Amino acid sequence: MSALLDVERLEVGFGGRTSAVRGASLTVERGETHCLVGESGCGKSVTALAIMNLLARGGHRTAQRLTFQGEDLLKLDDRGMARLRGNAMAMIFQEPMTSLNPAYTIGSQMTEVMRRHKKVSQRVAIDRAADLLGQVGITAPGLRLGQFPHQLSGGLRQRVMIAMALMCEPQLLIADEPTTALDVTVQAQILRLLAQLQRDLGLGLLLITHDLGIVARIAHRVSVMYAGEVVESAATAQLFADPKHPYTQGLLRCVPVPGKQRQDEPLGSIPGTVPRIGPGFEGCGFRDRCTFADATCAHTVPHQTAAPGHDYLCRLAP
Amino acid sequence: MTATTTLPAIELKSVGKTFRVSGGILGKDRRVVAVDGVSFAVPPGGVLGVVGESGCGKSTLARLILGLLTPDSGDIAVEGQRIVDMDRKARARLIQPVFQDPFSSLNPLTRIRDIVAMPLQAQGSFSRAEIAKRVDEMLERVGLPGEMGNRLPAELSGGQRQRVAIARALVLRPRIVVCDEPTSALDVSVQAQILNLLAELRRDLGLTYLFISHNLAVVEHVASEVAVMYLGRIVEKKPTQALFHQPEHPYTKALLASVLTPEPGLGVPDVGLGDVMPDPANIPPGCRFHPRCPIAEPRCSTETPPLRPRPGGGVECLLVP
Ligand SMILES: Nc1ncnc2c1ncn2[C@@H]1O[C@H](COP(=O)(O)OP(=O)(O)OP(=O)(O)O)[C@@H](O)[C@H]1O
Ligand SMILES: Nc1ncnc2c1ncn2[C@@H]1O[C@H](COP(=O)(O)OP(=O)(O)O)[C@@H](O)[C@H]1O
Ligand code: SF4
Ligand code: SF4
Ligand SMILES: [Mg+2]
Ligand SMILES: [Mg+2]
Repeated sequence: MSALLDVERLEVGFGGRTSAVRGASLTVERGETHCLVGESGCGKSVTALAIMNLLARGGHRTAQRLTFQGEDLLKLDDRGMARLRGNAMAMIFQEPMTSLNPAYTIGSQMTEVMRRHKKVSQRVAIDRAADLLGQVGITAPGLRLGQFPHQLSGGLRQRVMIAMALMCEPQLLIADEPTTALDVTVQAQILRLLAQLQRDLGLGLLLITHDLGIVARIAHRVSVMYAGEVVESAATAQLFADPKHPYTQGLLRCVPVPGKQRQDEPLGSIPGTVPRIGPGFEGCGFRDRCTFADATCAHTVPHQTAAPGHDYLCRLAP
Repeated sequence: MTATTTLPAIELKSVGKTFRVSGGILGKDRRVVAVDGVSFAVPPGGVLGVVGESGCGKSTLARLILGLLTPDSGDIAVEGQRIVDMDRKARARLIQPVFQDPFSSLNPLTRIRDIVAMPLQAQGSFSRAEIAKRVDEMLERVGLPGEMGNRLPAELSGGQRQRVAIARALVLRPRIVVCDEPTSALDVSVQAQILNLLAELRRDLGLTYLFISHNLAVVEHVASEVAVMYLGRIVEKKPTQALFHQPEHPYTKALLASVLTPEPGLGVPDVGLGDVMPDPANIPPGCRFHPRCPIAEPRCSTETPPLRPRPGGGVECLLVP
């Protein structure tokens, strides 16, 4: 059977000047949590928006393949896409207020999503909404259904977003930094919930984050993105144990781990910042920050396989 | 050693700060308790990390110590001098801030070197030549040499801007620096660069830091002591190692449980806090943590926990001996 989501050589440009995504490939299997990780500006959000066909005006996507449950998303018109979005494939954004309408109650927004896609009565929709609010750990769901978004804390709003995304029993959930704006305590609660729901419902989850701690704890598979490319992809344990790409190695050294470093020891760091890349760029996008860079890195960068299912994009031998 | 060198760099005694927030046209005014009866001392050269959830009063505490806010009650002394008695210029020479988003309030057309020069200019006692020399030295010191000084804030990356903020804070050679979430807006790779720079500067210049962060792993890396704040109070304070290895307060334990270290296979732990969020305009009676505490007993909602002293601090929970 084909993968739930299959993205091959996705390219996204904005107005001929910015190449935000440059040939990124990834797959999400049924029942799998796949994390897309990288520094800000690497192209994570643009990748997600391109998959959902929600790119801002001026954004243009092409791909060799873009399928969901075997269906070619590149061939779907706006109506066809609208039929899938919020239904079989749902998305959660970083800032819940951008996707919650301040003028409507939680209950009416949750039921509206369901009734747009499924032939159910308002009663059934309300019951499902209340049930899901309970499942995402909200006490007194009845009360929350009658409230407006601004009456909820950030953590509660994010829970509501998750519940809303689940209304139509999606097969695929794309979550773009769903906990970045939250306190660490609330973040842990929300991620635990996502992991649990993912398991219980057998969802395919594409989780976007810049936090390697989250990746380690929740992902089955990881893709590391840099300057619009997926530079390394592997099963989680494999990636953390044996990172091949110099960028992945650098990222892992930057993270302070309680009890791991001595206090007077400097943290590892990657000098410089993510470059902005335009069309026609050649060679390795990481080369101006890479300590292993040599002249060949400006021309050819091979795709290499370190082990089955562990691929990376760098001239260095595995 | 003389008596003055053993004075704490920062000392707070029962400091409180409440804000009155308008309830709108119909609503009643609300009293927001931001800082409530906070006492601690930071020795010279120490780094006190302050952690806690959003809204617990960390930034208010920072602004009180910087003299940007006046406490409603209690005393704040910096190197033995009451901060409210000091004039602005003297205060600026002693203590300086590094904030998360340093330039949101600045004119975007001010060049970097002029931003760094501001504290020197405000003193009114430095010659042009002296200012130029100090600014160049400082920019070099924080890793922004040469023409970088002539750029505008918009032409710098987030990490470079944070370096400018550090240069501006240190250009008067203060003794104490209050860092409020100095790396929270940065990527890990850039965060690591800034943390390393702050550590190096502290060592070389003998600085004392108050270091506020919601990232416990960062605090563990930089701080010598850690204070955990909850709804305006410090509920536990200890030397860093003790706090991380023998946490006693249930809230500290929950905070530590929520740190997701990059260790595959451990999963996401259950922090056990439920979905009730703290509201500083409505502090619960008894122990203020009781509505979320996983081990609360009936008396926790009526009795106020006393401070149980510990080496280097203490803990406020009815259930710890
Ligand atoms: N000038 C003010 N007027 C009214 N209320 C205020 C003011 N400054 C702070 N507060 C309130 O005081 C409480 C503590 O705020 P503070 O900014 O100190 O929190 P914090 O711990 O720094 O949070 P964060 O982690 O979000 O930065 C909050 O409820 C806040 O809304
Ligand atoms: N609407 C847009 N117009 C032009 N450029 C954009 C737009 N959205 C994103 N970009 C650019 O695309 C690149 C990737 O952005 P993004 O996917 O948001 O990064 P992140 O990995 O932080 O999610 C960045 O250089 C960003 O500035
Ligand atoms: S291809 Fe070259 S520059 Fe790029 S990561 Fe590998 S060694 Fe470094
Ligand atoms: S006093 Fe009671 S409610 Fe407060 S932290 Fe201790 S056990 Fe929990
Ligand atoms: Mg993004
Ligand atoms: Mg703050």
